[in-house]
Amino acid sequence: MPTTFFPAVWYILENYGSWFLRGAGITMLIALTGTVIGFIIGLGVGVVRTIPAPRGGKFSLKKILLKLSNILLNIYIEVFRGTPMMVQAMVIYFGLSEAIGVNLSPLTAGIIIVSINTGAYMAEVVRGGIQSIDKGQTEAARSIGMNHTKTMLHVILPQAIRNILPATGNEFVINIKDTSVLNVISVVELYFQTKSVRGALFKTYEVFLITAAIYFVLTFTVTRLLRLVEKKMDGPSGYTIFTSSTMPQGRLLRGRRGKETAV
Amino acid sequence: MSIVVEVRNLRKCFGQNEVLKNVDFTVNRGEVVSIIGASGSGKSTLLRCINLMEWPTSGQILFHGQNVLEPKYDANHYRTKLGMVFQQFNLFSNMTALENCMVGQTKVLGKPKAEARAIAMSHLERVGMAQFINARPRQLSGGQQQRVAIARALSMEPEALLFDEPTSALDPEMVGEVLVVIDELAHSGMTMLIVTHEMQFCKEAAHRVAFMDEGVIAEMGTPEEIFNNPRNERTRAFLSRVRN
Repeated sequence: MPTTFFPAVWYILENYGSWFLRGAGITMLIALTGTVIGFIIGLGVGVVRTIPAPRGGKFSLKKILLKLSNILLNIYIEVFRGTPMMVQAMVIYFGLSEAIGVNLSPLTAGIIIVSINTGAYMAEVVRGGIQSIDKGQTEAARSIGMNHTKTMLHVILPQAIRNILPATGNEFVINIKDTSVLNVISVVELYFQTKSVRGALFKTYEVFLITAAIYFVLTFTVTRLLRLVEKKMDGPSGYTIFTSSTMPQGRLLRGRRGKETAV
Repeated sequence: MSIVVEVRNLRKCFGQNEVLKNVDFTVNRGEVVSIIGASGSGKSTLLRCINLMEWPTSGQILFHGQNVLEPKYDANHYRTKLGMVFQQFNLFSNMTALENCMVGQTKVLGKPKAEARAIAMSHLERVGMAQFINARPRQLSGGQQQRVAIARALSMEPEALLFDEPTSALDPEMVGEVLVVIDELAHSGMTMLIVTHEMQFCKEAAHRVAFMDEGVIAEMGTPEEIFNNPRNERTRAFLSRVRN
């Protein structure tokens, strides 16, 4: 084991590189699945929480159900946002096995914990995203006969999802880093692997510096990729003007011909 | 003449504020009715009540004789029969001009895509926007957006069109291109209800004009009667205000 910095790092990479890679793989697996599932949970919860109160009687069944589900969802959001994920991991993982007798693998438990946690955060992000869409969009959709579901599906959600994409990316990046707390339930993710390497070599800062670099590469790549997705969702910046000879070139077109910008 | 929409004793309160007080009026098939009046007189609220954007506090709205405020009445189906054009255009910003005119047909009326496309195209051509079918709302000027919005409403092939101050949010230079479209529709036999501040346009295009003041229709008559011979004191005061 070399004692100078660079040779030491090189030595670690040569002999323990696969440990780091495996850890990084598990980290990305948990972060990605957790974010995707969490996003879906958040979307569902956010959509339910923005259902408008039905018109009519004070005590209609619909109204009571909606109220009840809102209370439950609120509790879910507050509890999971208000406690550390590390503590949640301990409670859920050991709670399930000791109190109920359900023995999950640490990996499965990790994915579940990250998903539920992300869901709680995303629920609020989605709600905000939905509420940020101009009321005129809803009114226009209703005015052509769309019900609430169709309005959501075709008009509001496509716009809201585009708007919350940056926040989702944020959540993904946070998840990549925060999976490190799952080492408390022995998930063999990147941080856990790093600790193992340190234990084997009794080298601390070299080992953790490598890990820091890996975390950074992971998060940076993800942010860049998400920017690409955002761009893609925005569609082309220009548009084609159709000039067919069959097109009526009547008085209506005279207005603002000069203004159009072609691709 | 058959009655398309009839409003009876319509009241609408926002909290303590009574915005509409017992409004009665009818729109006949093929008729162009203009609603004028000062800001806050209840014109837009009346229009928004008619297509149930706002739920009236009391009264009746009859569509072909059926009260649309009945709990069992299918409000969504009713809205497909009344096209609405908004002051702020409200084009769906996640769709192109063409998609804006197709989505209601395919997702609400259940028409096949090809048919919806053909109908949408014909209306976009009618408003002079066929060239811009691929443009997104943010790429269009206000006047162009409003013309697409009119095409969107027409694409549902409604029985009547409601216009809520369609030119109020436009730059002065773009008001003309939108009024030309509305004027052309008015002369095509379309049933229309127009809330507007364009007095000159009212005079020329409307069959009947309703003057609203403080939540009631203070006077109703032909443009001739309202503009040249207003009987009501408040109509006179309003008209002299807008003329100056």
